[in-house]
Amino acid sequence: MSGGVDSSVAAAELKAQGHEVVGVTMRLWGGESDTGCCSVSDVDDARRVAQQLGIDHLVFNFSDDFNTHVVDPYVKAHVDGFTPNPCIECNRHLKFDRLSERARLLGFDAIATGHHARIESDDAGTLRLARGHDDAKDQSYVVHMLDQVELGYTMFPVGNLTKAQVRERALELGLRTADKPDSQDVCFISRTGGREAFLGKRIPFRIAEVVNEDGSPAGKVEALELVTIGQRKGLGMPGGGPKRYVVDVDTPNARVTVGDESGLLRETFAVRNVVWSDAGDVARLATTNDVLVQSSAHGAVHPATLQVDDVATSVVVSWLSPQRRIAAGQSVVFYDPTNRFVIGGGIAAN
Amino acid sequence: MVTYLDHAATTPMRPEAIAAMLPYLDGVYANPSGSHRFAREARRAIDEARDVVAEVLGCKPGEIVFTSGGTEGDNASILGAVRKLGGVAVCSSSEHHAVLHCVEHVHGQVVQVNVLGHIDLQALTATLLGATPENPITVVSVMAVNNEVGTITPMREVAKIVRAHAPKAILHTDAVQAACWFDLREISKLVDVMSLSAHKFGGPKGVGVMMIRLGRDLEPLILGGGQERDRRSGTHNVAGIIATATALLSTDVARQDEVARVTRLRDRLVDEIMAAVPDVLETVAREHRVPGIAHLCFKNCENEALLYLLDESEVCASAASACASGAMEPSHVLQAMGVATEWSMGALRLSLGHTTTDSDIDRAVAAVAGAVNKLRR
Repeated sequence: MSGGVDSSVAAAELKAQGHEVVGVTMRLWGGESDTGCCSVSDVDDARRVAQQLGIDHLVFNFSDDFNTHVVDPYVKAHVDGFTPNPCIECNRHLKFDRLSERARLLGFDAIATGHHARIESDDAGTLRLARGHDDAKDQSYVVHMLDQVELGYTMFPVGNLTKAQVRERALELGLRTADKPDSQDVCFISRTGGREAFLGKRIPFRIAEVVNEDGSPAGKVEALELVTIGQRKGLGMPGGGPKRYVVDVDTPNARVTVGDESGLLRETFAVRNVVWSDAGDVARLATTNDVLVQSSAHGAVHPATLQVDDVATSVVVSWLSPQRRIAAGQSVVFYDPTNRFVIGGGIAAN
Repeated sequence: MVTYLDHAATTPMRPEAIAAMLPYLDGVYANPSGSHRFAREARRAIDEARDVVAEVLGCKPGEIVFTSGGTEGDNASILGAVRKLGGVAVCSSSEHHAVLHCVEHVHGQVVQVNVLGHIDLQALTATLLGATPENPITVVSVMAVNNEVGTITPMREVAKIVRAHAPKAILHTDAVQAACWFDLREISKLVDVMSLSAHKFGGPKGVGVMMIRLGRDLEPLILGGGQERDRRSGTHNVAGIIATATALLSTDVARQDEVARVTRLRDRLVDEIMAAVPDVLETVAREHRVPGIAHLCFKNCENEALLYLLDESEVCASAASACASGAMEPSHVLQAMGVATEWSMGALRLSLGHTTTDSDIDRAVAAVAGAVNKLRR
């Protein structure tokens, strides 16, 4: 229970279905938080909702694990020139690892969250992570890492509802989170200071030269670490003229290359640290390897084929038609050709 | 059936304290600062309460200040001293956060404790000797009893060192956890300022007592109508003060017998748990600990999980302090004492009080053994 409306209603649904429910909020980030997720006032909201629903509310302090698995890697990624997705790492290491492990230890039969996603069993009895009912709010991308074991231990009670239905339900129950805005941003990055303030306190920023694709100089940026592939704004480029994008970031040499959109297009790219919903799919992909690929939380999917390596932990994605380069560090998720469920996913490589 | 073993967090109000306070809720409800006879009745009640408290503490009635609790008393002592006298505040590293955060807030110095949780007397001496005339030590705060592990401070030794090396400094003690187990008269004669909290000795929450020796001045934390001789403004919590005095008196009268009774129960609790599960450490040796606290460390056990399972068996205990979100923080006390992580992660505090019985002990032993074995399976 993050203190948001989705997890509030998820708890309510489970209680209504007759389950024995305990609400848990994870204390993760110890610093300031103004993004609506997991701050002290959010914990208060979660607790109050739990009280209203008549369920116990616990707070587990997993801040050490959060620092180890989410915050420190986030900082390091920026130093190394990657664009990380900390919310996905939080799901991977905290919600669906640390927390589910604690739940098993305490004798619980499942954990549930307010994610907009669904878990279904296909004809072969394989558990499938399907998109949530509300297309605009589908969050299967951020929980794509769940394997058969975790899928068998997880429930997504609001996956069949639209966001509007979730809020309506919260209103009916008189929950204070009914009209609370969705948290959009990373819980440890403040809205006022942004990434710059957070990282600025922890790493030195390196000045980088900006060059055109032909190597001619185009300017400078103050913080190489804050530059991302595909970025258009914040480069100190003069306005007007054709759109200029960051087409390459050379971290060792502190050089940023800008070009027009065509410079961003790629036909193939590599994905590492791949995890699969069901190991059985890997064999199937050797023969039928069409997938749809999504590379951001609510981004569009594009068709591609996958070449899976011998140990099934790396994949080469070949787009049907060239797509913009994905910044290394971003999560890339593969869906089945009917765009219904997750097959697997990994991290875009350089 | 609830097994309440969290008396160090708070203890039930004594029935005589509740009875004593009721007439002041709807009968004698006047504001004691008023000038009519109705107010004088309320005024008299708190003055009588003050006399009772002064007698138990072995000080003058004029040296007693009623507050909203132990935290306020600690804040008033540290911040009040530094704001009045300038200089540097000093405390031990195992103090309650109500002292520690104040000392940190005024950029004071923190002195290490040893493995027992005793302030390191050599380090304290060195800190006091390290002061300069421009930055003298103006307040030294050492708790009489540690609230987490129950360690008893050798107050006489501490006082000797402070008086010798910082004779002008105010010596403050947070005696919140000492009230049930010690004759406060013996502690008060060693210090200048002392903080107490009523709900730890069977009084109500929201009331505390400070003893401020005449001649020692602090800048008041709370300004206003000038109550408590300008030391702590605000309308008196008359009913709370009456209850506090009643509870303190009862505690003082029953203390000797209670110490013996609770010691026996606590020793049985610890002995039986240690016999039932392996890899458990009694954090501080019994001779250095108050009777009411049983603090144990279970190796490689997560105490959040342990407390959850105990809660399922209706056993109320605690581990370390909670932060604002309600999550448990790793214990700064155990860290200060140098307890290794594989033990401190499984820290459990079971604390006994005036309502604890043998059947509480029986149930607690079974629940703790069961929970630890389940987690270690």
